Amino acid sequence: MPFVNWLKRHLVVIAGLLTLGYLLLPNVVVTVFSFNKPKGRFNYEWQQFSTDAWKDPCGVADMCGSLSISLQIAFWATIGATLLGTMISFALVRYRFRARSAVNSLIFLPMAMPEVVMAASLLTLFLNMGAQLGFYTILIAHIMFCLSFVVVAVKARVMSMDPRLEEAARDLYAGPAQTFLRVTLPIAAPGIAAGALLSFALSFDDFIITNFNAGSTVTFPMFVWGSAQRGTPVQINVIGTAMFLVAVLLVLTSMLITNRRNKQKA
Amino acid sequence: MSTLTEAPPPLAPAEPDKKPPRKRGRFTPYWLLLPGLLWLVVFFALPMIYQASTSVQTGSLEDGYKVTWHFATYWNALSEYWPQFLRSVFYAAGATVLCLLLGYPLAYLIAFRAGRWRNLIMILVIAPFFTSFLIRTLAWKTILADNGPVVHVLNTLHVLDLTDWLGWTAGDRVLATPLAVVCGLTYNFLPFMILPLYTSLERIDGRLHEAAGDLYAKPWTTFRKVTFPLSMPGVVSGTLLTFIPAAGDYVNAELLGSTDTRMIGNVIQTQFLRILDYPTAAALSFILMAAILLMVTVYIRRAGTEDLV
Repeated sequence: MPFVNWLKRHLVVIAGLLTLGYLLLPNVVVTVFSFNKPKGRFNYEWQQFSTDAWKDPCGVADMCGSLSISLQIAFWATIGATLLGTMISFALVRYRFRARSAVNSLIFLPMAMPEVVMAASLLTLFLNMGAQLGFYTILIAHIMFCLSFVVVAVKARVMSMDPRLEEAARDLYAGPAQTFLRVTLPIAAPGIAAGALLSFALSFDDFIITNFNAGSTVTFPMFVWGSAQRGTPVQINVIGTAMFLVAVLLVLTSMLITNRRNKQKA
Repeated sequence: MSTLTEAPPPLAPAEPDKKPPRKRGRFTPYWLLLPGLLWLVVFFALPMIYQASTSVQTGSLEDGYKVTWHFATYWNALSEYWPQFLRSVFYAAGATVLCLLLGYPLAYLIAFRAGRWRNLIMILVIAPFFTSFLIRTLAWKTILADNGPVVHVLNTLHVLDLTDWLGWTAGDRVLATPLAVVCGLTYNFLPFMILPLYTSLERIDGRLHEAAGDLYAKPWTTFRKVTFPLSMPGVVSGTLLTFIPAAGDYVNAELLGSTDTRMIGNVIQTQFLRILDYPTAAALSFILMAAILLMVTVYIRRAGTEDLV
């Protein structure tokens, strides 16, 4: 039974590739249906090939507006969370101080909390304060839940860093600022970049917390949510496909650049 | 790693300017921590306290709410919504088990078998994160559609008869049934299982596999006695990262399910945003939080003591 033997030997590979297929199947469907020409309001059934939606991606009322709001929020949330998170992780790795474990658990908790609980509690706070729900309440919430992820990403990188490199810089008469800018920061950069990228993706894609704290502001995920009830325009699939392609291209280029750099070094 | 955290490097060189940097160094960690921690205290911890207080208030939206220590809200909420609580736990547990079964081979493949394809597969696992998960969840509506190929195949293979009998599906359809919701949950949280699994598998020294083979262990025995125990940290964090958000999720139940598949997240969302019954909603989300914390603690204890050894 050569076939059975072959199957046995490659079982892990086959199962793994099937899982990968499961993960990517919706992306394939989204891409295919971005070329659909639906009959009714909903874009769930294949009708006819058309590139209309790709020619006019902003042809749906309010969609691109919500997209731009989401991008703005994700941009500022990334900056805020990366800045605050990087500071915290440097403090946690480089210094011993009291309440260090308490700080660690405060940072861990937002990641271990169901989103709906955080969303609801934040809304109670805003309601009690009488805050106007909208752009800024969303931004505050996003910075809050992205912060922990940045800390984890940066901490991992800074922890694996050799402290002797900084000592060497100081031995060579670099000042504290110079040491930080020319030695510490470049080494920590990949961790900071990973944290920032994660923040951007999390913020851009967040629905549950945003839904509770947005008031009448409509972000892109909220637009998609609303359209699931009212009728999904094809353009949503166009944006979804474009986002996937941009992400893959970005990662591929960054990998090519690091590969080339490593080769130059070697 | 531990030596690094236990003996942090001195901030300034020891010899030339000993005093000024030390003095500044003593407060540096607090300055670094202050803004971020303030943010977390004000927008994470404080809201929890507000929510606790809301859950024991009575009153109405028009007249305002007052703290009356009305603990009956908890009891009422629990007795009215226990089916949704139970359902959330079952669905989340089912999705977690499926994620582990599906995610392990893929993580294993990336860690040990992918070779030069490793980075590409990694990208394909992470990239869907950047397509809105709502769009991808809606795509499952197309995939599982009543006249779609998936339902057709399952029907021809008589799988649907079995799932009908188990109560996972209803009639000839998959959409709007528990199976669809669990499928969506599994799909949405699968990367959260794969990434920790991969990280812990990648740390395993390949020579251990060779050693097991040299000692006449069959592949399956090697997996059971060497690989799997060593990947336990990944299994534990992966299951937690899947179970916790899945138990609180309401998107999948709303988009792929029906009124019969409502999870506790749906109830909290409706109470908070539509019915505007804040005390009940706050009580519900506190019960959810407490239940999850309890289950997680028990799980970590068990996983940490028995299986890890």
